[in-house]
Amino acid sequence: MAPLFPPEPPREPAGSSGLDRRAEREAARHRQARRGAAIAAISTVVVLGGLAALALTSPGWPDVRDTFFNWEVFKESFPDILDGFWLDVRMFLIVEVAVLALGLLVALVRTARAAALFPLRILATVYTDVFRGIPTILLVYLIGFGIPALQLSGLPTEPVILGGIALTLSYGAYVAEVFRAGVQSVHRSQRDAALAVGLTEGQALRYVILPQAVRRVGPPLLNDFIALQKDVALISIIGPQEAFRIAQIQSAADFNYTPLLAAALLYLSVTVPLARLLDIWSRRRGEIHA
Amino acid sequence: MSAAPKIGTSTVLEIRGVTKSFGELEVLRGIDLTVREHEAVAVIGASGSGKSTLLRCIDLLEEIDDGDIFLDGEVITDPSIESVAVRRRLALVFQAYNLFPHLSVLENVLLGSVRAHGMPRGEAETAALALLARFGLAGREHDRPDRLSGGQQQRVAIARAFAARPRAMLLDEVTSALDPELVGEVLAAVRDLRAEGVTMLIATHEMSFAREVADTVGFLHEGRLIELGPPEQVLNSPQQPETQRFLRRLLEAGRV
Repeated sequence: MAPLFPPEPPREPAGSSGLDRRAEREAARHRQARRGAAIAAISTVVVLGGLAALALTSPGWPDVRDTFFNWEVFKESFPDILDGFWLDVRMFLIVEVAVLALGLLVALVRTARAAALFPLRILATVYTDVFRGIPTILLVYLIGFGIPALQLSGLPTEPVILGGIALTLSYGAYVAEVFRAGVQSVHRSQRDAALAVGLTEGQALRYVILPQAVRRVGPPLLNDFIALQKDVALISIIGPQEAFRIAQIQSAADFNYTPLLAAALLYLSVTVPLARLLDIWSRRRGEIHA
Repeated sequence: MSAAPKIGTSTVLEIRGVTKSFGELEVLRGIDLTVREHEAVAVIGASGSGKSTLLRCIDLLEEIDDGDIFLDGEVITDPSIESVAVRRRLALVFQAYNLFPHLSVLENVLLGSVRAHGMPRGEAETAALALLARFGLAGREHDRPDRLSGGQQQRVAIARAFAARPRAMLLDEVTSALDPELVGEVLAAVRDLRAEGVTMLIATHEMSFAREVADTVGFLHEGRLIELGPPEQVLNSPQQPETQRFLRRLLEAGRV
């Protein structure tokens, strides 16, 4: 029978000092890192080069180049599209604040325990189910054309406002669920501890539960805002001339689609930095909790 | 406990016929217990015997099924009683510390004094810093709890609980989550409060600790306090066979 604890093999070959081994490992790590970087660079060049070659040698490329990548058209259309994009940005900023407020309110109602809030809780549940279940574009249509058709005084009839309301209702339902998940992820014992130091339920929520919940849902919230920033373009279907709409009108005038590309670049100029911010944020949180 | 104020005649906590079930599970089956002013009562018993539930019922984190609990002669378990006001007169320290991870050590201690007790912030801060220093936490006040060892976290939790000078402190297995070498520093903090005569109800596994700080020890078995008396009596010459068996098992596990 083999011994239960066989003698350990010698750890270091005779003659090599600990210092040498460390330098050796260091060098090996560097070699490995260099090799990884080289492979990444080569594969990037091969893949992107291949795709570019495929596009540039395709039979339709000359036409595509003229209708989508026309520098003259780009220069001409860009200022108007940028003007329109300013509406997108303002819309995004205002709707975002409204969405945060509505989402938080609905999440709080849904997580509250008080019996008196039961009808509100049902209402909040129905709201999230219904408004998450309807395509945002459909909601923009229904609200944009439906509310003015009621002909009630006092209700807004401005398409920009109605579009903002539709986006708020749609995204509020998503964000409410994100907040709710955050609140529920805070362990019960935190509430116990908050009550034990003498806080009321409301104070426990405000000073103990919500701060932790909001911190946890930061990245998923930002993710929803990237989606919202793009979906602002949906309001164009009820009239407002934002970037996509203007680009569409311009491209329809002379059958050149370059304006649409210009609009796409403008959206990217906001969504890509947001996405990178999200990455950095997620990574930093990962480090803290590691 | 020579310098500690003598046990008073007034009753701080009185527990009468308290029962509590979770569904089918009867956790407390009729508890009677009195804690007088400046007295420390330790409740010992196996895991699941109901020690934590008893403390949580007293702090109104759980609703009792039957019986009454009195604080300074006033019933606190009546449904019409404002539970927040009761909790502000008591303090519960949890086994798992339950510090607020998003707040600094100092803010953990301040939250209750400022928000629940309405103390002016400056005054509360001075008091909190003094309390933290007293428990060996000077210089750590701006750290987040997760930067601290378990023993330090539990001392913060004790400071947080004591900050508002409660009528009684409820200590729920405050050393059970700790590595053995950290137990001593937490017990020292409790001993320190005992020397001041702070009234306490302690759920514990530490027999030597119960022997040292408690004036009265109760053995909780299957939801009943089956033995109650001075520590030397309950721990040295227990009358009930269940108590004898429990203490023998602890002895065999080297926990006494």
